[in-house]
Amino acid sequence: MKKFRLSSQPIDHEALKQMMQHDQAGAFICFEGWVRNHHAGRVVQALGYQAYSALAESEGEQILLEAREKFEILDAVCVHRTGDLVIGDCAVWVGVTAAHRDAAFAACRFVIDEIKQRVPIWKKERYEDGSSDWLHPTA
Amino acid sequence: MTVTVLYFAGFQEAAGVDSEVFDKPESLMALYENLRGKYRFTFQPGHIRVAVDGVFVGWQHDIADGSEIAFIPPVSGG
Repeated sequence: MKKFRLSSQPIDHEALKQMMQHDQAGAFICFEGWVRNHHAGRVVQALGYQAYSALAESEGEQILLEAREKFEILDAVCVHRTGDLVIGDCAVWVGVTAAHRDAAFAACRFVIDEIKQRVPIWKKERYEDGSSDWLHPTA
Repeated sequence: MTVTVLYFAGFQEAAGVDSEVFDKPESLMALYENLRGKYRFTFQPGHIRVAVDGVFVGWQHDIADGSEIAFIPPVSGG
């Protein structure tokens, strides 16, 4: 089953959490990335995400596989939004289960950091003055 | 002997289209340099990645007839 998914619809947190229930799990760690109303001193009104779907899905799966190999976890799942989002929307959801919390925290951090660095998804911010920008951080 | 180039995000905005067909270029680098000139892409090759047929590849990757090539500007998901 696919562990990494792109979704053009709002992320159903409760359904994802239910799906991760596991009798051997003593820890469930979840990271949600939300759309915030500012970036680099500018007021952000909304944003859109575009993905190179085929490559984003394979790279996302690869990251989750690496997380399962690297950390003592039971499962790792990620859903990333595409399309138009407004302030407060959940843009990305990462869930990790493990027998113990240390591995779950570490794996969750690893997954979100790698996704931000490697998965071909781009954010376009729309500002209050009507302008918009694709974000292409090179740092 | 052609290839299709896919554009995303800032590259798509600069090119004004989401894909384009070109004669098969000599190399990925030659193709990117050509596009940089044509569309004023600002990124140095070292700041972007390249994918062929949906898989990340190195700049030296051989291009086959009919390949689908995507230049991947710095990503900003999450």
